[in-house]
Amino acid sequence: MTQRVYEKLIDEEGKRVDGREWNELRPIKIEVGVLNNADGSAYIEQGKNKILAAVYGPREAHPRHLTLPDRALLRCRYHMAPFSVEERKSPAPSRREIELSKVIREALEPAIFLEHYPRTAIDLFIEILQADGGTRCAGITVASLALADAGIPMRDLVVACAAGKVGDRIVLDLNDVEDKEGEADVPIAFMPNLNAVTLLQMDGTLTPEEFEQAVNLAIEGCRQIYKMQKDALKARYLAIKKEVEEQ
Amino acid sequence: MPIFYQNKEIVTPGDLLAEGNYRAGRNTYKVGEKIYASRPGLLEYNEKEVRVVALNAFYIPSVGDLVIGKVVEVNVNGWVVDINSPYLAVLRASDVLERSFKPQRDELTEILDAGDLLIAKVTSFDRTRAPTLTMREMGLGKITRGQIVKVTPTKIPRVIGRKGSMINMLKKETGCRITVGQNGVILISGRRLEDERLAIQAIRKIEHEAHTSGLTDRVAEMIRREKMKEEPKHDTESL
Repeated sequence: MTQRVYEKLIDEEGKRVDGREWNELRPIKIEVGVLNNADGSAYIEQGKNKILAAVYGPREAHPRHLTLPDRALLRCRYHMAPFSVEERKSPAPSRREIELSKVIREALEPAIFLEHYPRTAIDLFIEILQADGGTRCAGITVASLALADAGIPMRDLVVACAAGKVGDRIVLDLNDVEDKEGEADVPIAFMPNLNAVTLLQMDGTLTPEEFEQAVNLAIEGCRQIYKMQKDALKARYLAIKKEVEEQ
Repeated sequence: MPIFYQNKEIVTPGDLLAEGNYRAGRNTYKVGEKIYASRPGLLEYNEKEVRVVALNAFYIPSVGDLVIGKVVEVNVNGWVVDINSPYLAVLRASDVLERSFKPQRDELTEILDAGDLLIAKVTSFDRTRAPTLTMREMGLGKITRGQIVKVTPTKIPRVIGRKGSMINMLKKETGCRITVGQNGVILISGRRLEDERLAIQAIRKIEHEAHTSGLTDRVAEMIRREKMKEEPKHDTESL
């Protein structure tokens, strides 16, 4: 299969390859509580990304020697399904996935009251069903919802979004083509109520001014996604309430 | 001292609930003068305290709680019990027997074996060591009959209702004996299988609609409706 080659990542009218404005997010759909077996779960579609997150715990940690005497152990697995990308990805964890698992875990850890539940483990699974750029960010967004759904006490929801430089412009929420062809990518995870950044990475080159612009833009994107996150968390219970009231 | 949400409004983790001289109740935390939610749930407050009734949570043992658990392991001097919590509980043989425990005389598996269900009370817990249980009190012991339903532990107060209104209604309408474990496990034993099924159905409804008002009446109505459906069937069976 041949990929379409884009001559320009941003056209004369300032529109991006998928028709978005520079400061526009991809369409997002979030659902909470999609898996019955898990203690908490959530699903997100962000553009062409499709990601499922499941949380188990807190529970007895196995193997036992991993338990921490002063706090719960958060274990995170970010995994891409073999069919999530155009060329089959080996299902074995790659270097990139191991690193992303660590990065996502560290982005979520500050939000959870781990110290309340010593000697236990919380297992978090993020499964990328379809990937189209920005999966680590969407993964963090959906994972924090799964954690909240599991009833794990948190300081705030964590929301993540990227900004970057594409065709000489700073743009929000890069897709796969923009990520690969563009000049730079800055993913940020953020706790809006506490105004705290829990993940900040950069790939590519930016001037200090551009970097600041990108950070501000990404945080602006985070705030937009945060609203959808909260609505998704409430939606299930509001639906039951409405149903009952109509009877 | 403002409160930023209505009573019974759904809040999510990180929401700033109130500012000022309130006590941070369940499922909230305080930073300076600000109180935030830490779990998704319904906000409740009075002049002194702000708290959140969580929509979903797990059971953290607390001394004096009645719990229903399952034996997962038999040790030399006691049992390990799964009490539907992140922490496994320990039940020592001396907390079961009426007399002192003698390893050479008592065979523990004859008293309780792996897989057995039991009603017990929590006697200690401090998060650094496993919670301990006792069965040496009235109404505690091995479960021999009935059915088990699990609900999320935060919904237990809803199953009991104000001053036991819900649970008393359930017992009366279904004729079942219902034992509610604080850990979210409920034991139902009735004379007929249909009665037990009806009680389970009612508890499922309570769990599903726990965050809505007027629940006791709706559940009572549902039980009566189900009973009506059932009656004619019995007549045809007896013919």
